[in-house]
Amino acid sequence: MIRCENIRKTFGEQEVLKGITFTFEKGKTNLIIGKSGAGKTVLLKILVGLMRPSEGKVWYDDIDFCNLNKAQLRELRMKVGMLFQGNALFDSMTIEQNIRFPMDMFTHMTLKEKTDRVNLCLERVSLTGVNKKYPSEISGGMQKRVGIARAIVLNPLYLFCDEPNSGLDPQTSITIDELIADITKDNNITTIINTHDMNSVMEIGENICLIDKGYLSWSGSKDQVLSSEDEHLHDFIFASPFLQKLIDGYNAPH
Amino acid sequence: MYYNETIRQMYDIGIGSLPIVFLISIFIGAVTAVQFYYQMDGTLIPPYYIGYIVRDMTIIELAPTITCLVLAGKVGSNMAAELGGMRQKEHIDAMEIMGVNTSSYLVMPKIVAAILVIPLLVCVAALVSIIGAYLAAVPTGLFSTADYIKGIRSFFVPYNVFMMFVKAIVFAYILTGVSCYQGYYVKGGSIELGEASTRAVVYSDILILLADYIIAVVLTA
Repeated sequence: MIRCENIRKTFGEQEVLKGITFTFEKGKTNLIIGKSGAGKTVLLKILVGLMRPSEGKVWYDDIDFCNLNKAQLRELRMKVGMLFQGNALFDSMTIEQNIRFPMDMFTHMTLKEKTDRVNLCLERVSLTGVNKKYPSEISGGMQKRVGIARAIVLNPLYLFCDEPNSGLDPQTSITIDELIADITKDNNITTIINTHDMNSVMEIGENICLIDKGYLSWSGSKDQVLSSEDEHLHDFIFASPFLQKLIDGYNAPH
Repeated sequence: MYYNETIRQMYDIGIGSLPIVFLISIFIGAVTAVQFYYQMDGTLIPPYYIGYIVRDMTIIELAPTITCLVLAGKVGSNMAAELGGMRQKEHIDAMEIMGVNTSSYLVMPKIVAAILVIPLLVCVAALVSIIGAYLAAVPTGLFSTADYIKGIRSFFVPYNVFMMFVKAIVFAYILTGVSCYQGYYVKGGSIELGEASTRAVVYSDILILLADYIIAVVLTA
């Protein structure tokens, strides 16, 4: 479980986050949704420790994340995996070296053990035989899978995904969503996904928070999305005219 | 990991810069010899003095300073662009989340590699300059081989070599430190990355020239 309490973040005069309090639950796919510029990436960066909040606290279970010393932070980092929007795979390393990197940093495993673990993670994301290739030699969807494999290589307790579907076709997006949801369930971990993909919201959104202009505007599950009367949520979800027409058609008297 | 990265950087900086160092050094030596001959022609100064002047000019000033100014353009801009690109592509964020001390992992090997390799490049530059002066002047009949070798061997002060190494080490630190700083803290997109790369070269060059003056004053006092 990860809990943020009254998170505020200001950049100069501009207050981007205005007191966000929310609990991201263990064993569930937690989604942060919102329009571009709403502050969701800033929130994710604060949660993962890439930014410090101007005010407020972040709790990883019972650990106060904002008050850790270097050694404690390093220990906690071992339990965190992250999939970046642009994958952040190191261009000069092969796929195998990319996935092995966290193990090189954190563990004293032998090369054989590391290679076995790499192969296991690649199998988990349905990607085998690419060990010796470079990131530039595989497709965007495959790069996402490699990013996921690297994120889960140390068996993290907390998995962060920043826009996992950006730049992917709808079919591949669904595959990636399902993969992340399966990993969350199988490993019983806390997964936080930053997205504005409506398919993801409706497919895997078990615990959703909507950020609007720096405020927590709405929270609930995917089952509550359609029945909600929250104006901000409605504006966000049905921003697509196509989707609006579908819903209007569905609601029209037959 | 740090060892491997340092070796990779040493190879990139050292072997990767050899062609440009060879090229500029040979011309620096050649031009120095030809111009000193022009200035001394018709005076009472014996011709072998040209060899002596080329040697000391090269060792004390031209080899370390010109080499490092050129390396600031080649290696410095490359480092700034590499680190800036990693920052923009979230590689640095990814490493931080993996518990890597990124400033140490990414910057330190570059500085260590530069401090180890650039003095060697400066040595090569000095040697090639002296050869360049010979090739430009002796076959064209400006002075004889005997005169040049006599000049090269005259009035040698080992302390000058020490000055060359001091300059090379200080300049190496400046050009890598400034360039890595500019790249590591880049913000924005490709335009800002280009600006950071330019700043890396300009600031490095200015600081190298300033340090050159300070070292000259301190070590010759």
